[in-house]
Amino acid sequence: MSETETRAGTSAARTEKPAADEKPLLKVEGLVKHFPVKKGLLQRQVGAVKAVDGIDFEVRRGETLGVVGESGCGKSTMGRLITRLLEPSGGKIEFDGTDITHLGTSGMRPLRRDVQMIFQDPYGSLNPRHTIGTIVSAPFRLQGVEPEGGVKKEVQRLLELVGLSPEHYNRYPHEFSGGQRQRIGIARALALKPRMVVADEPVSALDVSIQAQVVNLMDDLQDELGLTYVIIAHDLSVVRHVSDRVAVMYLGKIVELADRDALYTSPMHPYTKALMSAVPIPDPKRRTAKSERILLRGDVPSPIAPPSGCRFHTRCWKATQICTTTEPPLAELRPGQRVACHHPENFEDQQPQDTVLLSVAKEAAALVADEVLAESAQTSAAVAAEREPEASGEAAETEAEASAEEVTKKSASKEPEGK
Amino acid sequence: MTELSKTEAAVGEPTPAGGTPRAFLDVRDLKVHFPTDDGLVKSVDGLSFQLEKGKTLGIVGESGSGKSVTSLAVLGLHRLGNRGKNVQMSGEIWLDGKELVSASPDEVRRLRGREMAMIFQDPLSAMHPYYTVGNQIVEAYRVHNKVDKKTARKRAVELLDRVGIPEPAKRFDNYPHEFSGGMRQRAMIAMALVNNPELLIADEPTTALDVTVQAQILDLIRDLQKEFGSAVIIITHDLGVVAEIADDILVMYGGRCVERGPVDKIFYEPQHPYTWGLLGSMPRIDRAQTDRLIPVKGQPPSLINVPSGCAFHPRCPYEDVPEGGVTRTERPELREVGGRHHVACHLSQEDRSRIWTEEIAPKL
Repeated sequence: MSETETRAGTSAARTEKPAADEKPLLKVEGLVKHFPVKKGLLQRQVGAVKAVDGIDFEVRRGETLGVVGESGCGKSTMGRLITRLLEPSGGKIEFDGTDITHLGTSGMRPLRRDVQMIFQDPYGSLNPRHTIGTIVSAPFRLQGVEPEGGVKKEVQRLLELVGLSPEHYNRYPHEFSGGQRQRIGIARALALKPRMVVADEPVSALDVSIQAQVVNLMDDLQDELGLTYVIIAHDLSVVRHVSDRVAVMYLGKIVELADRDALYTSPMHPYTKALMSAVPIPDPKRRTAKSERILLRGDVPSPIAPPSGCRFHTRCWKATQICTTTEPPLAELRPGQRVACHHPENFEDQQPQDTVLLSVAKEAAALVADEVLAESAQTSAAVAAEREPEASGEAAETEAEASAEEVTKKSASKEPEGK
Repeated sequence: MTELSKTEAAVGEPTPAGGTPRAFLDVRDLKVHFPTDDGLVKSVDGLSFQLEKGKTLGIVGESGSGKSVTSLAVLGLHRLGNRGKNVQMSGEIWLDGKELVSASPDEVRRLRGREMAMIFQDPLSAMHPYYTVGNQIVEAYRVHNKVDKKTARKRAVELLDRVGIPEPAKRFDNYPHEFSGGMRQRAMIAMALVNNPELLIADEPTTALDVTVQAQILDLIRDLQKEFGSAVIIITHDLGVVAEIADDILVMYGGRCVERGPVDKIFYEPQHPYTWGLLGSMPRIDRAQTDRLIPVKGQPPSLINVPSGCAFHPRCPYEDVPEGGVTRTERPELREVGGRHHVACHLSQEDRSRIWTEEIAPKL
């Protein structure tokens, strides 16, 4: 593909993005990966780490999908599954209309041109005994591609593209700093002009000033080459900066998948809300607003035996009986915002009949500031009122106030219990 | 140093030569150099700062800027065993009226753990995998206190409970690998606090943790500080963390302090181009940002060949603003620009305020 063609492709993809009829570049349905846990002399399987446990999403052409979550939520496993570095235990992965779920090594080889990966550790991902030239030209050798003007010239062009000097061709990885090594990794990933790049924590090993250089570089390359990114990261600020859409994972599941702005301004899943409130904001004045923070109790449960029903119910301050028994589906509650929750934030309650909080939820709510609870009750009621045109505005208002009061009362009565 | 004599004159305290220094922790012109085959690594090269009890100092900077070396120097950890032969230290570190750089290793050892303690970044490698978590805390306690094992155990369980470990009496007998990352960090904090130290140094205490756990740990450190009234140094590369917890901030670059002051000054009226760079490179979660980040160009300096003049000049966009190439030939001194705010930069005060208000602040 020539440069101009690619560029035209990008702008087309960008403008057409809202169009629903366009087929996504990557489509994932019910993807599952279980790692067996073996024990004893006979290595009998005694259980499985459910790293990825049934996720559906798609990646549209030309977009950046950010995937966030805490360590152990399965985001890296997901990245390795969609690049088919791992064999899925179940589900379906479709890349550009082709089913790649169970393709073998040789079957995948032609597709490796289109899907590339950038790794987290710029020290571990480059062979210390190979020169930069050898590392960046490896994709050409493996794919048997002879670029125009020869491999060396093309590698030097790539090095320039990522902001390195072509003279670095004969140097070794140890001669470079972390940021430069990450650029080498990016040059290698771009060598075959891929269509999709999966980047697993591409900047988390770098210093802030260098991190910004790499983020900007990836941004520029996306515009220039019409790339589609899946960026896996734990840093919510970086993800907010780079993504068009964001998926939030918890214990092997996607709990929320939404457009960036919707997700960051009005998160619906309680976990998303807690996750975002926990990020320290670089603004000392906001310190007084500490009450916004939602502290979660305890640790993430083990993915070997995840909780029944909604996996977040053991730490959620809104959990009720239904959360322990029924798994909430990932439903599109608002256009472009899919959430798996029975009692979402910033939206109408999905299970309003179920109001009795679990005892764990009461304990969790004791850690959440009253204002946050009141505000969330108010917004949920307001959304509910909006969606019921027959209810008059006044009634909705009083209703909202009443429920807010109720919550305040509830949390007030809870306090002695929490302390 | 000009700023020292100024502050001392204002307070009317005796000079260091006369005996008692003013602050609880007072570091003066600290230099830590490591001779290597490739040359002399100047990890810390003339650093001064003060810290009072009950206050928190945040030290920020890139990797290799000398943050961790500073904290290890305060604790005297560079001079242990064979490593002691490979380090050149000079300057003064005054802790509660005692000078540590010239003190004997035995004297420092008596202070370490009791008056000053450290929380490390990686609790898995900072704890011994062969001993139970409880026994490691007991050991730290019994080194400094002549008590029997039972009393020490009671104290350890009490602290595990205080830092929020559920069922502390049971968890006492667990090994580090049986704890989750967040719990291990809590246990480390318990270990550091067992002797009620007056100075607590936390070197990247939350970097290895997830955000939700990080929030829990930062809250814990803040509460404990209130309770014990200790002085805390937090070393981090995350400006969000220091904004959250620090009273004062010290920005390090190439082994030196380039800017230091109260947290509000550093965030709302920063004066050094490197601090601007840090603020500009940082993606923000609290606002929609469609614009590009503003990175600092180039790479961090080598500590063997620190650039001449101002160490930041090769990466500074305003390198040529001061006349006569002074940025390349002369090292800027740390000068007070008002209200405990110090900056080491050749730019004139007017230039700095103008650039900040006109060029930098609108883009952040």
